[in-house]
Formats: sequence, C-alpha cells, structure tokens
Amino acid sequence: MILPLLRRMGQTVFVLFGISALVFAVFFATPGADPTARIAGRNAAPQTMEKVRKEYGFDRPLPVQYAIMMKKLFITRDLASYANRGELVVPEIMRAAPVTLSLVTGAAIIWVVLSIGMGVLAAACKGSWIDRLLMMVGLIGISIPVFWLGQVVNLITQNRYHDTWLFSWVPGLGYVPFTQSPLAWFRALVIPWCVLAVMFVGIYSRILRADLVATMGEDFMRTARAKGLSPSRVLLRHGLRTALITFVSLFGMDFAQLVGGGALLTEVVFGLPGVGRLTYQALNSLDLPLIMATVMYSAVFVVLANAVVDAAYLFLDPRVRDVH
Amino acid sequence: MSTDTHSHPLLDVRDLCISFTSRGQSIPIVENMSFSMAGREILGLVGESGSGKSVTAMALMGLIDAPGVTITGSVRFKGQEILGLPAREFRALRGREIAMIFQDPMTAFTPVYTIGWQIDEQLRVHNKFSRKQARTRTIELLAEMGVPDPANTANRYPHQLSGGLRQRAMIAMALSCNPSVLIADEPTTALDVTVQAQILDLMRKLRTTHGSSILLITHDMGVVAETCDRTLVLYSGRVAEEGTTQDLFAHPQHPYTAALLASIPP
Repeated sequence: MILPLLRRMGQTVFVLFGISALVFAVFFATPGADPTARIAGRNAAPQTMEKVRKEYGFDRPLPVQYAIMMKKLFITRDLASYANRGELVVPEIMRAAPVTLSLVTGAAIIWVVLSIGMGVLAAACKGSWIDRLLMMVGLIGISIPVFWLGQVVNLITQNRYHDTWLFSWVPGLGYVPFTQSPLAWFRALVIPWCVLAVMFVGIYSRILRADLVATMGEDFMRTARAKGLSPSRVLLRHGLRTALITFVSLFGMDFAQLVGGGALLTEVVFGLPGVGRLTYQALNSLDLPLIMATVMYSAVFVVLANAVVDAAYLFLDPRVRDVH
Repeated sequence: MSTDTHSHPLLDVRDLCISFTSRGQSIPIVENMSFSMAGREILGLVGESGSGKSVTAMALMGLIDAPGVTITGSVRFKGQEILGLPAREFRALRGREIAMIFQDPMTAFTPVYTIGWQIDEQLRVHNKFSRKQARTRTIELLAEMGVPDPANTANRYPHQLSGGLRQRAMIAMALSCNPSVLIADEPTTALDVTVQAQILDLMRKLRTTHGSSILLITHDMGVVAETCDRTLVLYSGRVAEEGTTQDLFAHPQHPYTAALLASIPP
C-alpha cells in the first residue's frame, strides 16, 4: 500500500513539472509573438517594455525564462500584473482561493449526500414510480443551466420575494469570510451551494443508480443474499460499497475542476470573488501574468486531485493495489 | 443431525412448479418436481443446461423474487413448509439451515472485502458473535477445509487466492453456521481437474465431519458417479428418472439417462 502511494506521488511531481513547462511554453514561447508586449499590456510605453524584458529575462535563453517565471510564481511570489497597475498576482489568487473552496466544498457535500440518497433509493425501487420520478428529477437538474437557475433564484430571493418571511434572511450578494462570522458565511453561501449542486446531484444520482443496478446482477450479490443478510445490508455493504469506486473517481475530477475555476458561472452570478471570477476578469483585461497564474493554479489542483483520487482508489479497491 | 428425521425427511419437495411469465405467456421451467432428501445424504441433480437445475436451487433458497415468476407446490424443511414463508423468517433459515455454494468462486465473493471478513459477516448475522469470536471460528473453518495458513488467508482478498482455495473458502463460508442442507450448484465446473477431485473429496468428507446433506447440482455424470448416493435426472424441467446412483448407472430406465451416460468420455 505504501509503495504504490509513493510511486503515485513521484508521478504527480513529474506531471506538475510537465504541466508548468507546457503552460509556460504556450504563453511565452509561442513563435512569432513577443511576450514582452503581452505582459506589458496594451499600448505600453517603451520604458515599460524595457523594464519587463529585463525583469522576465526575455533577452535570455528559454530555460532561464522558465526558471525566472517559476521563481516569481512559487518562491518570491512577486509576479505582478501590468495591466492592473502592479497588483501582485499570487496574493490575489490566495485571496480568491478560500472563496472558491468554501463554495465548492459546501456544494460537494450537498451533491454527494443527495445523489447517494437518490441513487440508492432509485436502485432499490428499480422500475417503480419512485425510481422514474427520481431519475426524472435528476434529468431536470442536469438540464437546467446554472447561470439561469442562479439568476432566477436571485430574482426571487433578492428582489421580488425578499421581504416575505421565507427569504428575509437572505443577505445581499457577496462573500463573508468564515473567520469573520461563520453564520454570515453560511448565510451568504447556502443558496450558491444549492444552485451549484443541482446539476451534479442529477448526474451523480443517475450514474450511481446505473452502477448499482449493474452491480445487483453480479454473482456476489446473490451470494450475499444466500448468506441470509438483510436486503439493506446486501444493497449498502456489498452493492453500494462496490459501486462507489466509480463514483469516487468521478467526484475527484469534478471537485478539482470546480476548485480550479470551473465554478466561474456560479461565482459571477452570486458576486463571489473566487478564482473563476478572477480568471474571467483576467481574460477580459488580457492580463497575461494573472491568466498564467490562474491556469497554473487550476492545473495544480486538477493534478493533485487526480493523485488523491488514485490514492482513494488504492484504498477502495484492493484489486488495484496489486496491479503493480 | 436432527432427531425428527425419522418422522419427516430432512427436505421434502412435492409437485414443485416454477414458471416465468413473458409477454403475457406463462412458460413452465420446472414441472411437478418431487424428491426428498434424508440426513447425511448426497443427492445428485443432473441434467443439461436449461433443464431447470439452478432455478430449482434458487427456489429452494427462496432467492427468486423477480416479478412474473410463479412458484407452486410444497417444499418442507424438517416438516415445516418454507415456500411462501415471510421474507424475514426465510432469511433466518438462509445461510443458517440451508446454505449454498456457487459455481464460480471468483465472482461469488465480493471483491472489496477479505475472505475472512465475508465469512465473519455470515457468522455474525446468524449468531451473537463478537468480532473476535467470529474470526476465531472463521480460521477454524478455513483450517478444516484444508486451507493452508488459515489465519493469513483470512486476511486476503478473493483475487489474491487460487480458484481451488477460493472454492474451499466458499465452502467454509457456506458451512459456517452448520447448515443441515448444503446446495452446491456446479461447485467444480470452474476448477481444473486436479482441484476438482480435491473439492469433491472434501465434500464427501463433510457428511461425516459436519453431518450435512448435500444437493449436488451438476451436468457432469463423472462427478455424480464419484460422489452421489442417489441421483435425480432432470430433463426439460421434469424428473426423468430417480434412483440410487449405482442402479441408475447399471440399468438406466429412461432413454435420456442412457444418452447422458453415453456422453461420459471413456
């Protein structure tokens, strides 16, 4: 168990290096484009261009440029945005990350709990009206675009019905740090959580139901029943435990993708200053250092989550442990 | 085992009919099957694929709950009618009084739990055992089934064991609660020949060591000749012939039995 884990961590380091080199190459080593002009921003003065060229070492070989960039990103953390008047990029991401993490973690808890509940219930009542109703609800959840749902919810809770007893507790759009007031943090996020979770509840409950139904036809489920176990024990301890393997690997990828900036639409709709919104702003103002930093940040998250998923796999599925 | 086997046979099946409904039509799978089993008897149930052997086994275990299946007749276990028993009561019987061994031991164990965990589970469902007591019993059982280094083997996962060891573990699990009847559905089909012989040997021993009666389902007449006291020949859902294995092999009455015997390679 230890050896495969170590090997996996070694791979992660290697992949991270590869991704950083690739991202660097895409932004700074594209033939025919001068990275200096792009970092300095639109209509930069010649003095600024000269300063940027010196600072990033664009007059030196590519490996040195790469080293300087990585040093600015990870060690000195003084990568600055010229488009945004010298705003330091790394602290900006560090301020945005907790917002995104709060949003995605809360939504993830909701979607995991709800989709396991719905998936198991639907599989247990396979073919009945409960099954069909739950799967229909799931399909509706998948079909609703998150930005539309967010706007409609905002319209109801912020505007039209804000003064009714039902929604008077809803605070204005925006984020409150957990450290400042846990209750206000919760109130600010509970609606974004639910909105973000809706689509995933739909996807995950349908996937889990399909997996569980397939598992029910397995020989070991018959053995479990022949042992005299109760139906719920057969379904949960033997069926769900086996079907969860796919569920967990999917979850890791979706979670990472959201933390890495994929929750952009939810963040924009609810005015949450998270990483997704930051990337969106960076793209709008063509702020190259910021784009580079957010892309690196999300790549790191996806790769790390991948490693965590693989570790979870080793833990969940003994067959994988012995492959190496 | 039980004292009332003289008044009742251990397992008494009368006029068992099983039919599946498909597209509004009722298709009989097993028709008017009757047989009985005495204590410590090994009864062979033979027939080609599709003759209704496995469906019969599943019905005896109460494991058929698909909609559109009708089961009629009577199955008495130690004098008690078990067909149509409420689910909860049947569950108490299943695994404790009537246990089953399946064909492919690879797929019959849940892949994500150790062998020991799965045997412990059955012990703890039917007995008030602590984790520790269950594991002690599990290791004893594995040792009785001839599993080498049982304490270690209990901590292994199904895919880490050979087919023969897995089937021994499967038999250990089936026997864990000392069932009176053991239903073995093609227990040796998925194993290679030498292991097959070992497993059959083990099953013959069970009747003296554990006092179990065994219903052995197979399509292999060689296995029947070696193992069974009496044999029931099934042909398209009906009992074609029944008798002691010796008689049946010496003087087959039904042409199908003769054909089956002729199918044994010399």
